[in-house]
Order: sequence, then structure tokens, then C-alpha cells
Amino acid sequence: MNQDPVSQVDQERLGELVTINIGPSHPAMHGTLRVITVTDGETIVKAEPEIGYLHRGVEKLGENLTYHQFIPITDRLNYCSAIPNNVSYEMAVEKLMGIEVPEKAQLIRVIMMELARIADHEVCVGILGVDLGAFTPFFYLIIQREEIYEIFEWYNGARLTNTFGRIGGVDADLPDDFEERWRELKPNLRKANEETEKLLTHNRIWMDRTIGVSAFSPEDALNWGFTGPCLRACGVKRDLRKDEPYCMYDQFDFNIPVGEHGDVFDRYKVRMIEMEESIKIIDQAYKLYKEMPADAPLKARVPKVIKPPAGEVYSALESPNGELGFFVRSDGSDKAYRIRIRPPCYMIYQAFNDLVKGGMVADLIACISSLNVVAGELDR
Amino acid sequence: MEGWVIAIIKVVFIWVWVLLIATVMTWVERRGAAMMQDRLGPNRAGPFGLFQPLADGIKLFTKEEVLPKKAHKVLWNLGPLLFALPAFSAYAVVPFGDKIILGGKEIILQVSDVNIGFLYVLAIGSLAVYGIVLGGWGSNNKFSILGGLRSTAQLISYEVPLGLALLAVVFVYGSFSLRDIALAQQGTFLGFLPNWGVFKQPLGFILYMVAIYAEANRVPFDLPEAESEIVAGYHTEYGSMELGLYLFGEYVNLVTLSTLVVVLYFGAWHIPYIDISKFLGPVSWGIVSFLILYLKVAFFLWLFVWVRWTIPRFRYDQVMGLGWKALIPLALFNLFITALFIQLSA
Amino acid sequence: MEDLRERVEKCLGPKGLVVAMTECRGDLSVEVPKARLLDVMHLLKDTPDLEFDFLSDVFGVDNLAFYEKQKPKKKPEGEETEVKKEKGPPPPRFEVIYLLLSLKRTERLQVKVRVAEDDMEVDSVTSIWKAATWPEREAFDMFGLRFKGHPNLKRLLMWDEFPAYPLRKDYPLEGRGEERHLVYGE
Repeated sequence: MNQDPVSQVDQERLGELVTINIGPSHPAMHGTLRVITVTDGETIVKAEPEIGYLHRGVEKLGENLTYHQFIPITDRLNYCSAIPNNVSYEMAVEKLMGIEVPEKAQLIRVIMMELARIADHEVCVGILGVDLGAFTPFFYLIIQREEIYEIFEWYNGARLTNTFGRIGGVDADLPDDFEERWRELKPNLRKANEETEKLLTHNRIWMDRTIGVSAFSPEDALNWGFTGPCLRACGVKRDLRKDEPYCMYDQFDFNIPVGEHGDVFDRYKVRMIEMEESIKIIDQAYKLYKEMPADAPLKARVPKVIKPPAGEVYSALESPNGELGFFVRSDGSDKAYRIRIRPPCYMIYQAFNDLVKGGMVADLIACISSLNVVAGELDR
Repeated sequence: MEGWVIAIIKVVFIWVWVLLIATVMTWVERRGAAMMQDRLGPNRAGPFGLFQPLADGIKLFTKEEVLPKKAHKVLWNLGPLLFALPAFSAYAVVPFGDKIILGGKEIILQVSDVNIGFLYVLAIGSLAVYGIVLGGWGSNNKFSILGGLRSTAQLISYEVPLGLALLAVVFVYGSFSLRDIALAQQGTFLGFLPNWGVFKQPLGFILYMVAIYAEANRVPFDLPEAESEIVAGYHTEYGSMELGLYLFGEYVNLVTLSTLVVVLYFGAWHIPYIDISKFLGPVSWGIVSFLILYLKVAFFLWLFVWVRWTIPRFRYDQVMGLGWKALIPLALFNLFITALFIQLSA
Repeated sequence: MEDLRERVEKCLGPKGLVVAMTECRGDLSVEVPKARLLDVMHLLKDTPDLEFDFLSDVFGVDNLAFYEKQKPKKKPEGEETEVKKEKGPPPPRFEVIYLLLSLKRTERLQVKVRVAEDDMEVDSVTSIWKAATWPEREAFDMFGLRFKGHPNLKRLLMWDEFPAYPLRKDYPLEGRGEERHLVYGE
């Protein structure tokens, strides 16, 4: 298909280099990623990611579906945590229409989004462990993720593709026994994280495998458009929840963990701490939610057929992976004229060659898992 | 004539016995993993899923054998054979009990007590690498070749500390025969310590333990088949019973290596401070010694499982670094100290 | 602190780099001449008052249907007026939109260039922000926009032999039945 990547590297060393095609079906290529690597022994000379194996034309679909019909499509972007995708899209349309979302709905969104963040980070950390050969923490985390999915399922009927919320708010209140469920879940989440930390963080092999692997400087990271945990691991304190608060995030008290070297270990650590912070946010959000009157509105007044006025907006939120933005242009009809999705891992993954060059094949695997590249949102 | 019959009976017995352990081991591994990971594991076939290995065996046997288009036919077929064969043959000199007296005839519980048993085990053990590298090469697959090469380098590197650690044991007991070493571990020394290899060779024991994990391709040294990196390494392309031979050979290897640990370092069939053989008849002592030995082996087999599901995997250069920069100097040091002690105490 | 709009105007206006400026729900969008794109980007990045140092995204828009639809219709009742050029030649078909962000001030700005169908070449901003590498490739993939100076301009999401540009408005949603046939070397 393409010309052989070997020939692009170094003509003189042609005989010494080997092209290894990793993916699109490979145990460590989550979903359908593919990296064409040129290796010298086990050292990576060049790694060229090839994407598009899960391309479903989501942006084209957005132009042909009505605004409400597009919400389920956004589930299929980052399928590890669908809720931030839904909310990000809804926020873009709401911004376009100038709708103020009722506070209670915003709080429900915050609670659900933070649960989704925990679920996403749990998958990411668990998979990172699996890819480095530590199988057991994965199960500790995945069991808790399952519990979170139970909450999702019990809130809106779906585990993975939640189709959460509607344009203008949410469609249902939190069920009555949320508090009970959350009280049960919280210590389990903490325990799972604690056990994972015990198994991994100070494990000598784990440290050897992750510290200094695919380290990235903050300047490079910003230049490449990094956002989210991967950027914070590089030492840049940037989080849309604090910098451009949406959904009442300015009312919560939480910390933003920041790494130092931007290596795999820092990314892992940032994610571990973020889970704890998310638990704190949920507690605070639920407290605020409890103070709301029971009959407070859950949805702003929105016309049945959504026809935003002509215009274009960009709205972003901090998804588990980073800045997830939707650009929506409307021409005044009931379908968007153009929807552009800015997936966070898309920007991160394009720097892949710079991240892994000079490392070994095993480092490549560690790196790709720590970036949390989700093919669904990468290829759209 | 009689000697032949006894030898054949012993061979068949140990063959079946090792196969049985290896089979049960696959079950233990899966249930053990499940236990550690808060899940159930295979529990459908038979009580506690005990027949699961049987079902797996039937599955592997009845599966279609797929030969990759560009694979090297001869090497491809030779690979699993060369891997499984040494795994089984190594047991020929490993004792599986003390001795049993049947009809006035003394039978030692060992297929053959050759006086170079030690060298035999090492030699046969290192043959297994051919199976891996030929299988990897014959598959004509880059992941397989990588796995094969990793395995070659790893096994050869770790054979050095393994051999050096074992050499120190030979220094201590003054024999190459595994039975002699096992017998010499009775009683105590310095008045209170059991006369076991682990107390005479503590450093050697640690080196040996690390080296056998590398020799058996187990976590944290499972790089030749590191699933997340190189798919399944050397057996990526294999299916049906050829894959079964690789997997099975590995478990047989585990049994052999664990038995060696017990025989060399953990007093074989001896129990510290008590000599049970005095209280038992010749037949029952034979059986009891056999059971004691395999109880100890079971512990080391379980250790393999335990470690596998606890820690992550090394990176390739780290494995090499550990082997050459840490284990080999330590093994040499251990050898030197041992020799010095023996010289001084002589 | 002045309004972002005034600051951008003050920075780009005197040099004649602003074609139009619109605002929608607080999102400022500035259209700049295509030929001077790199100058604009350098100015926006380095002017102390603006410091748009982070490129969030780059993407194309096809305006084919937009203009077709707009002509017979009356102006929509939205409070914002859309840039519409009634007189003169028809406006260029494509747009490339750059989403910029100032990390220090957390301000966002959309920079727009219009690209006519007969001259699809735009300067690549990869020399300023590497973040544009894949988005520009995708714009090439989806709209056929060519980015001058891009290090590796080839299709990103579709396969290399794909004959059309799927996000153009004249490409049907269900596709045209393209199939990919891989020929494996024998």
C-alpha cells in the first residue's frame, strides 16, 4: 500500500532493519490500532501509526442526522466512557442555542461524568498492567468498573453506550437509592486502587518498565497538542475543569495531579490520583444535589425539534483522555451543517513516533497503553 | 531380565505421574489465578472443574492442524517435538523417592542413578531451546522469530548462573549423582540446622530459583511468549496438539525444575530432625518418601503460579542485564566462597 | 483588559489581515486571507497580548450546500448574522478552520481561511504546531485540501487508493460502493 517504511529510514542500513507490522489485530493493540515499526533488533528506529480501521464516518453521519439522533452516535466515540462524549456534544448544541441548563441537571452530569472518568482510568491502568505482564490488578479494577457500569445501567438502561442526557439537560433524575449504592461502591473503589498501587507502584519490575519510558517534555507535548492526563504527566497543570469551568466545576474543591517527566509511570500515577479526586468530586456534587429541591427542573425548555440558529460554536470539556471538543455549525435547519469532533487521543497518538523512537518493542506496548488510545474516538 | 522389567515399570510410572502432575498443574494454574483475581475460573467440567484439562486435551487433539503457507515443513514439525522430548527425558535421573523393598529386592525410586546425573539434567535441559528456536524460525513469522531469538538468548544466558549455582551444590556434597546429594541431606549440621542444601547454599538457592524461572519461561521472564508484545512468541502460528506439546512441555519442565529444587536444596524426602524411615516398613517408607517429596514439589509448583499472577514482566534488556550483570557475578562469588569454605574446613 | 475582538483587530487589522470577523455565542472567529496564513499564525502566536500558543484542531468545511440552501431562503431568525456575500463572484467553496487557544489567558479563537475549488492549496502550519500533522492530513483525506509544506501529506482515515473525498457535500452518505482490494505479494 504505502511504500515500505524501511526505505524511508536509512538506505544504507536496509539489510539490518526489519519492518514489523503490529496490528490491527494484535493482543496489545486495543481495538484496531496499527503501528508499522522499523526495528533494529528490538530497538525501534521508526514507528508509524496507521489509523482508520474503525472509521465509520461519524462526522458525515452528524451532517445527516438530526441533533437528537446524533447523541447515540457519540456513544461510539470513546466507548470506555460514553458519557463525557454525550455531554460534550450536548453542551456544544446548548451553547449554539443559548440554552441554560438547570443546575440539578448539571450536577447529575457531573456525577455521571466523574463516574465515567473513574471507569475509563480503571480500564486504562488495568490494561497497562496487562500489557506489562501484571494480570491481576486488571481484575481488581475491572470488577469495580463493572460496578460503575451497574450504576449506569440502572440509571439509563445501558452499560456501555449510555446515550446519557438530552439537549437541554437530562431526562431522568438520579434514582432514590443512589446514595446507598454510592456509599457501597466508594470504599470498594478505593480498595481496588489501593491494591493496585500495592501490586504495582513500588514494584521494582514495574518501576523499571515504566520510569523514563517514552518521556516527553512539556514544550513538545504542547506543540503536539497533548491534553488531559498525558499532558499533566509532563508537568503542565492544565485541566479544562479548572481552566474553563463548565457544569459548575468551579464550585468543587479538587486537585489536579501533575507529573514530572511525562513518562509512562507519571501517566499511570496521574490517572491513579485522578480517580481519587473524582471520588471527591462526586461526593461534593452529590451533597449539592441533595440540597436542591426535589422538584427542581431537570431540563431547560427546549423545542421538540431542535433547530439552532445559524452559527458555529466550539465547546470542549475535560474527558478522561483530555480535551474533547465538538465544533458544530448550523445553517438553521434541523440537522447540523458540520460537526467536527476533536478527540483527545487523536492529537496524542500522532506524536507516537517521537514518543517511542529509540525505545524497545516492549516500550512501545507500554507507551500505547499508557496513552489510552481508543480506536473509536481516534478514527471516528 | 528382571532389571529390565523394573526399569520399564519405573519409566512408565514416572511418565504417567509427571503427565498427571502437569495436567493437574494446568488446572491449578487457572483456578489459582482465578482465586487471586476474585473470579471463579473453570468450574464447569467435573467437580471444581477438575476435568477441564481433559476437555482441553480433547479440544487440542481434535483441532485441525494448520500449516502456514510459507512455513518450513520439517522445522515446523520438529519444533514441538524437540521441545517436549527433553522436558520428559530430563526426569530420567531425577529421584522421585528413596527406595522400596519388594520381594527382598531393593528398588531405588529413580529411573536411573547415573553418576553424572547432574550433567545429564543440564545437557538435556538446554536442548529445549532448539525446539523453541526451530519452531520460531520454521513458522516464518516475525513475531515467532523474535520470540525464538529472545528465548535463545535468555536460556543461554541463564544457563550460566544455573550451572554455576548447581556447581556449588556439587562442591558441598561432593557428588554428581542426584541420589547421593539427596541422601546426604539427612540429619543436621552445626547442631540445629537441617542438613539441607538451602541452608548450606542460601545464595546459590536464590540464584537457582531466579534462573529456573527464566529457564521455564515463566513470569517475570516470559518474554519469549510475551503476549502483549509479540503475540505468543515462538508458538504464535501453532495450533492443535503441536501447540499442546509446547504448553505441556512447559508444565513438564516446571515439574522437573521444581523436583530438582526439592532434591538439591530442600532435603528431598527428608523431614528435619526426624528420621521417619526408622518407624516405617520398607514398602511404606518408599511410598511415604515419595509423598513427602511431591508435597514439597507441590509447594514450588504453587510458587510458580503465585509469582506468575503477582508481578509484571521484565523488558528484554533488563533480563539480559540481570542475567549477566547480577546473577553471573553473584554465582561466581558464591562458587568462590563455597570453595574457600570447603578448603578451610578440609 | 480589552476585549479579545479589539485585541485581535489591533494586531491583525493594520496589516490588512482581517477579511471578516464574526462572533457567535462568545466564540470569536476571524477570517484571514489565505496567502498570508502563516504570517497571521505567527502574529497570533507571538504577539504578547494574544499568545495563542496551542493549536487545538484544524479541519475543513465544505460550503457547497450551504450556499445552495441559503440563496432561496430568507435569513434565519438567529440573532447572529452569517457572513454572506451577496454581490461579486460566488464565495469560495471550502473553509479551513483553525481552533487556537491561549493557555495563559484560556481564550479561544477560530481562524478561518476560504479556499476556492480551483486553488486547493493552503500553507501548512505544521512548522509552527506539530499538532496540525494529522488534522491536516485528515482535511486532505476528507476534502482534498492540499497543505503546502506538510511533511507527509497522504490519506489518514481512508485507504490510499480511495477515489473520492467523503466529507464533501456532494459525496453521498452511503458512499459510492468503493471497495478495498488488497493484493498480497505472492
